[in-house]
Amino acid sequence: MDLNQWIFIGLFFALGWTLPALPIVLGKLLAPRRPNPTKLQAYECGVEMVGSAWTQFRAQYYIFALVFVIFDVELVFLFPWALAYNQLGLFALFEMAVFIFLLVVALVYTWRKGALRWA
Amino acid sequence: MTGLLKDIGLSHDLAVLIAKTIGVFVVGGFGLLWTLLGIWLERKWAGRFQDRIGPNRVGPFGLIQTVADTIKILLKEDIMKQGIDRWVFNLAPILSVVAVILIWAVVPFSPAWIGTDLNIGVLYLLAVGAFGTIAVIMAGWGSNNKFALLAAFRAVAQLVSYEVPMVLALLVPVLLSGSMSTQEIVRQQHIWYVFAVPLTVLIFLISSQAETGRGPFDLLEAESELVSGFHIEYSGIKFGMFYVAEFLHAFTAGVLTAILFLGGWRGPFAEDVPVLGFLYLMIKGLFVYWVLVWVRMTLPRVRIDHLLDFNWKFLVPVGLINLLVVALVWKLIPGTDQINSTADALVPTLVLLLVNVAMILVIGALLAERGRRERARIQARVAGTDLPAEALASAAD
Repeated sequence: MDLNQWIFIGLFFALGWTLPALPIVLGKLLAPRRPNPTKLQAYECGVEMVGSAWTQFRAQYYIFALVFVIFDVELVFLFPWALAYNQLGLFALFEMAVFIFLLVVALVYTWRKGALRWA
Repeated sequence: MTGLLKDIGLSHDLAVLIAKTIGVFVVGGFGLLWTLLGIWLERKWAGRFQDRIGPNRVGPFGLIQTVADTIKILLKEDIMKQGIDRWVFNLAPILSVVAVILIWAVVPFSPAWIGTDLNIGVLYLLAVGAFGTIAVIMAGWGSNNKFALLAAFRAVAQLVSYEVPMVLALLVPVLLSGSMSTQEIVRQQHIWYVFAVPLTVLIFLISSQAETGRGPFDLLEAESELVSGFHIEYSGIKFGMFYVAEFLHAFTAGVLTAILFLGGWRGPFAEDVPVLGFLYLMIKGLFVYWVLVWVRMTLPRVRIDHLLDFNWKFLVPVGLINLLVVALVWKLIPGTDQINSTADALVPTLVLLLVNVAMILVIGALLAERGRRERARIQARVAGTDLPAEALASAAD
C-alpha cells in the first residue's frame, strides 16, 4: 500500500515533466526561427555586453545561504518533534526550547556580527 | 475504479496502476486547465483593483483572452541567444512548472478524493516546492545575462530566506493535528485552525507571498531595475511556462492555506457529497488567492535590505516564539491529545485565540514603539537643517 503511494508520485513526476514539455515541443514545431547576429546578443538595454555574465559576485548572498542552511537543518529536526508532540510530556517542550535557544544564539551572533546587514 | 478494471479481467497490480495513471491525468490536467481560467480571473481582479475593466474584448467578458494569448505565445519565435548554457536554460521553465504540479499530488479535494495521501505530506510539499527556487536560479544562471544573474542571486537571498518562517508556520498545524498527512490535518480541524492560530496564518501568508515571488516581494523580476529579471532572455512558449508556473504557484499557495488553516474541504454535507467538498476547497482557496492578489496590487515593491531585515529580524524570531508559545499553551490545556469533535476543540481554540491576540497586540506595540523612536530620531536631525524630513529619512537607512 505504502509503495503504491510512491508509484503515484512517480507517475505524477512523469506527467509533471510531460505537461510543460509538450507545449515547448509544440512551440518548436509552430514558431518561426529566423536568427540573426543582433538578435542572438544578450539583452543589456541596448549596450553590447562586456565579457561573460559568469563572473565573481558579492559574498553577501553566500552568507545568507549559509544562515539558511543552519536554520533549515534545525527545522528538519523540529518536524518529528511536532509530529509526536501530543504523545510527549512537558519535558519534550523544554528540550526543544533549549534546542531552539541554541539556534537563537546563533541568529543573535550573526545579527550582532553584522552579517544580516545589507551593506 | 480499480474494481471496475479488475472486473474486465486485469490483474490487481495492473488495475491499480491504470486507475492511478488516470487519476494523475485528471489532477494534473485540472491544474493546467484551471490556469486558463485563473489567469483571466486574476487579470480581471487586477483591473478592478486599479480602477480598470480588465480584459473584455476576446469572447464574453474577455473569457477566452488567455486562450488567445496562449496561441499567440506558441507562435512567437523562441530565441536561443549565443553563449547560454543550453541544458540549464531549457530545463528551467519546465522545472518551474513541475514544482507546482507535483504539489497537487497531495491536495485533498474531498474526504475521498486525493491524489495520494502521503503520511509525510507536509514535508513533501516543502521538498517539491524547493524545485521552484532551483528553477529560478537555473534560469538566471543559464541565461548568461547580467540582469538575469542578479535575479538568480536575489532568488538565493529571498526565496531561500523566506523558506524559514514558512516552515515555522507549517509546523504549527502539524503540531496541533499530530500528523503530516494533508488529509489528516483537514480531518482534525473540527474548528478551523485560523481561529486558533491567526498569527501563524499571517506568517504563512506573508512568506508564501514571498515564496511565489509576487509583489511586494517581486524583486526577482523587478522590471524597473532588472528589466524583468530571471526570465529576461526567454521568449515564446518558454516564457509562457514561467508565467503559468507563477500563476499556479500563487493559486496553490491559496489552496494550501485553505487546507492547512481554513479546514480544506470541510463544510456542511461535505462528508456525504464529495463534489461539495471540492467546491468548498476551491472557494476557500480562491478567497485566500484573492487576498494575495489584493496585497500584490496594493503594496509597492520593498527594497532588498528591507526585505531581508523583515525576514531575519522580524519574521523568523516571531515564528520561533509563536511556535514555542503555541506548543506550551497546547500542552497546558488538558485533553488536547484526544480531540474528536467540535466540542473537544472549543476550549483549546478559545484559549489559543486569546494567546494569539495577546501576542499580536504585544508585537504591534513593540513595532509602534520602534516607529516612534525612529521618527523622533529623524525629527531631532531635521531640527538643525533646512532639509525636509523625507530626505533625511531616506539618507538614514
